[in-house]
Amino acid sequence: MNTPGNPVSPGTPALPNGSGAAALLAAGIGSFALGVLAFSADQSALLKRIFDFYAPTGPLSGVTTVAILIWLLTWAILEWHWRNRTVAVGRIAAAAIALLGLSLVLTFPTVVDLF
Amino acid sequence: MEITARALWTLVHGMGFGALYLLACSGALVELYRFTTASSPSESTPGQQRFLKVYLLTMVLLAWAAVLTGAYVIYPWYRALPPQGKTDLAMLPQRLLMSSPTTIGWHSFGMEWKEHIAWFAPISITMVAFVFHRYGRDLKNHRQLRTAVLCFAAASFVTAGIAGFFGAMINKHAPVQGGHTIRLSTGGEK
Repeated sequence: MNTPGNPVSPGTPALPNGSGAAALLAAGIGSFALGVLAFSADQSALLKRIFDFYAPTGPLSGVTTVAILIWLLTWAILEWHWRNRTVAVGRIAAAAIALLGLSLVLTFPTVVDLF
Repeated sequence: MEITARALWTLVHGMGFGALYLLACSGALVELYRFTTASSPSESTPGQQRFLKVYLLTMVLLAWAAVLTGAYVIYPWYRALPPQGKTDLAMLPQRLLMSSPTTIGWHSFGMEWKEHIAWFAPISITMVAFVFHRYGRDLKNHRQLRTAVLCFAAASFVTAGIAGFFGAMINKHAPVQGGHTIRLSTGGEK
């Protein structure tokens, strides 16, 4: 495996892709968590009350706080496992972009109002 | 010339953090693409790489400042409930928008979307900045990772743009007002 200090030929990665893949997938998961939580809080009066962490902001405070915690926790775990590894980044990137796309759908008001 | 404290905060949130972030996005997209697709190392110097790192870090700060001031400073004023018996809705933007069928959509669609979609921007740009800090010019050797990072940077731009558009339109129809008045100048008649 190449390390940052070693000379590498052009076109050869100097660093393994694991750290980047971890950040990428965590961003996808964090975004998806935000979409799911926002959608759920909109559908359930109980969740709306649970996510009311800061009354002036309402359920948005809990939804975003929990989503950010999920994102950062996932990122830390994935970084811990993948930072020195080379992973199948093509599939991970596809999954991350799909999760981001789904999260955009889940926060679109017309979709939320269908349920 | 006067401005209220709440209007000033809205200005800082929208024009200060939000608009500046949007302006920075287009530059970041072009630079990220150029930097990570350059065929020879001589096309990008270490100084340019350092500059892009600082630029992306500034964008991360702007994005988080925009959503945090939006959610915890402006939004509580926007969604405030009227005191018992109060019928003047001028100081209650959400209620004002909901009081008319011609403006209710700005709340039920615009704000409902904006309040959530805005958060994708800081999450995405934080990831983009981290990956660029970690890999720098080496990102050009990770084609799939680079493509995904550029997708997230573009998504960050689009989501911030949607949030900014609805923010501006909502504030046009039902401006956040109140707080103490700040006198900017005492202009006399010419």
